[in-house]
Amino acid sequence: MAALVVLLLALAATGGLYAAFAPASKAQADVTAQSLEIEEGKKLFAVGCSSCHGLNGQGSSDGPSLVGVGTASVDFQVGTGRMPAQQPGAQVPRKKNIYSQAEIDQLAAFVGSLGPGPVAPKAEQYTSTNPEDISKGGELFRTNCAQCHNFAGQGGALTKGKYAPSLEGVDAKHIYEAMQTGPQNMPSFPDTTMPEEQKKQIVAFVRHTTSDEPNPGGLTLGSLGPVTEGLFGWIFGLGTLIAVAIWVAAHTTKAKKS
Amino acid sequence: MSSASSTTSGAAKPASTRAKPASKWEAAADWTDGRLGIYSLAKANLRKIFPDHWSFMLGEICLYTFIIIIMTGVYLTLFFKPSMGEVIYDGSYVPLKGIGMSEAYASTVDISFEVRGGLLIRQIHHWAALVFVAGMLVHMMRVFFTGAFRKPREINWVFGFLLLVLGMFDGFFGYSLPDDLLSGTGIRFMEGAILAVPLVGTYVQMFLFGGEFPGHDIIPRFFTIHVLLIPGIMLGLLVAHLILVFYHKHTQWAGPGKTEKNVVGMPLMPVYMAKAGGFFFLVFGLIAAISAIASINPIWAYGPYRPDQVSTDAQPDWYMGFSEGLIRVMPGWEISVWGGHTLNLGVFIPLMVVFPLVLVSIAVYPFIESWITGDKREHHILDRPRNAPVRTALGAAWISLYLVLLIGGGNDLFATHLHLSLNAITYFVRVGFFVVPVVTFIVTKRWCLGLQRRDKEKVLHGRETGVIKRLPHGEFVEVHAQLPQKDLHTLTAHEQIQPVQLPAQTDENGVARKAGVLTRTRAKLSRGFYGEGSQIPKPTAEEHHEITSGHGHH
Repeated sequence: MAALVVLLLALAATGGLYAAFAPASKAQADVTAQSLEIEEGKKLFAVGCSSCHGLNGQGSSDGPSLVGVGTASVDFQVGTGRMPAQQPGAQVPRKKNIYSQAEIDQLAAFVGSLGPGPVAPKAEQYTSTNPEDISKGGELFRTNCAQCHNFAGQGGALTKGKYAPSLEGVDAKHIYEAMQTGPQNMPSFPDTTMPEEQKKQIVAFVRHTTSDEPNPGGLTLGSLGPVTEGLFGWIFGLGTLIAVAIWVAAHTTKAKKS
Repeated sequence: MSSASSTTSGAAKPASTRAKPASKWEAAADWTDGRLGIYSLAKANLRKIFPDHWSFMLGEICLYTFIIIIMTGVYLTLFFKPSMGEVIYDGSYVPLKGIGMSEAYASTVDISFEVRGGLLIRQIHHWAALVFVAGMLVHMMRVFFTGAFRKPREINWVFGFLLLVLGMFDGFFGYSLPDDLLSGTGIRFMEGAILAVPLVGTYVQMFLFGGEFPGHDIIPRFFTIHVLLIPGIMLGLLVAHLILVFYHKHTQWAGPGKTEKNVVGMPLMPVYMAKAGGFFFLVFGLIAAISAIASINPIWAYGPYRPDQVSTDAQPDWYMGFSEGLIRVMPGWEISVWGGHTLNLGVFIPLMVVFPLVLVSIAVYPFIESWITGDKREHHILDRPRNAPVRTALGAAWISLYLVLLIGGGNDLFATHLHLSLNAITYFVRVGFFVVPVVTFIVTKRWCLGLQRRDKEKVLHGRETGVIKRLPHGEFVEVHAQLPQKDLHTLTAHEQIQPVQLPAQTDENGVARKAGVLTRTRAKLSRGFYGEGSQIPKPTAEEHHEITSGHGHH
């Protein structure tokens, strides 16, 4: 009986010790993986980013410091192809992204290690399943976003060559990250001023309004409001009617010449 | 059978001395004439002659689009609720579900998505309105550049001008009705203009809106103005406009057999009845096709109006675009007068001073020109624009100013789509507002004079045939062919006005006479309009005879 008790105790002790050590060793592995990722990210950073942002992301006269911008910022800037920047200018445009998601994550890990900042969101944070989110998001969008991005997310002009880009074809994750981090000329909307739930609703509205669903009224003419409508009306409305008038006037009864 | 019986009953009247009606149609016409007396009216007017030219159909486009607007507008009033009462949307358009909005907006969304054919009718109404005002502007340009506003048509010009301005404002009131985010921004813009008026601005604003912006009165009030007041006035003006066209008879281009005393063309019945009737259906068909293809004013995408919201690309419809340009490029001047009263010059000058001036300059031009020329005769033969260089250049300058302001009004879209700086465009418009019309004036005037020289050359030396001849001594010459008599007439039919002379410095008794400021201004303007350097003397018959009868070739 005593032997059994000893055995049980020994088993419990082994199990307990294992339980005590196992997570620690897993965490050890995590840290190793993370530091590996940071290492890799640092190499990528040195090649693609350091000429402007400095070898340690401290910034230079050509690019801002990246301490504290967070992983969300890196995921947005690199994921949409804005960074590395093609050339200096009023604003860095969106272009083709040449990094794989794994590489972007490595870069993000490195920049994230420089200081705490907004963290790239998980899919459930920006994926809405509630259809009511679209109308709620629309209301929020018109209050917070439409003054620059236009009512249908088509973008608009800012001062001195800067602009609010079109939201057409932008990933839900990137829209969410843009609100978190406020890239370039955009203000940021941290969770303290705009809760996660509202960001998700805005993403739902933007994805819906810029989707390929047919417009009930026909051609959207760019969803740019009355300017393009006026242009269309002059050219295809009055222009065609004048052409028709010329045609009608050219076809008429002529007095017969005898 | 029935026609036989009606004939019998007609013949049975003992008192009737008239011939038996040949058919029941004639009987019906007879019945109508006996009560309305339309026979003599129809007899006089059905055979009325109209000259034929495509540019004379621009007014028709306006008339037909106006009819289309009234017809579709009546349909829309059946379903539109002009109320600012708040409702929660619960219709079929998902992105608006559960959102608070005014009944005006909700009913417009319902017209678009629930009413059968509602969206198509709405789009026809709106597209026709854009084309209507555009048509009026082009129609006025035609009348302006051909000098068709001269005596006896000055009053009709003013009627046309009023129709243009009323059309613009009715358009504005109309697109304000749905109470969507865009139109609400437009109303706010208008409120700003009213508030900028010194002394009375705030009182007028309070009166119009029934309190603070936006209040609950503005949509019902706009509705009455949009569907009753302005269309009523426009209908009256339109009828008067057409009566005057009939009364004055239509103008015509110069040509052989065409004089100030006749009209050469085709009769109203049957030629123009058929052509105009057919043209109406072409206009309606085309507008309907455009409305079926292209979206206009997608109010469901704009969302309901809330004073705390705004969207970029907030521009008015094109005909109000120049006011948007004025306000966008005007520096935000604001001064304080008489101890703390704000005078908002940044809004007052563009919208309450320049905006009316741009429009009124159109209305007064015929009177200014007739004062300068002192011409009291009637004119029924049209001018070719080149033969009135200063008038043409003034018109072109006005159009250039208008276009510059339209660029100012759409500065954000020019910036994004042409990759330009918004500020650069705004500065361009600020300078262009003063410079572009002057440059346009000079270029257009030179252009007209060049065309006059070319006409003179053609009359005197004939047209180039493209045939190159080599002379015995080796010189190459192009053979010119004499113009037909008809073309010679057309190119020289215009009369050239001579500038007004200042009265003699002294009167018949040798006493010095001083010319007043007005007289001197008028003489100066007249020299500018018709003096040397403002027209090329047209070839005379003698010149033509001398050149053509003389020395053989070219």
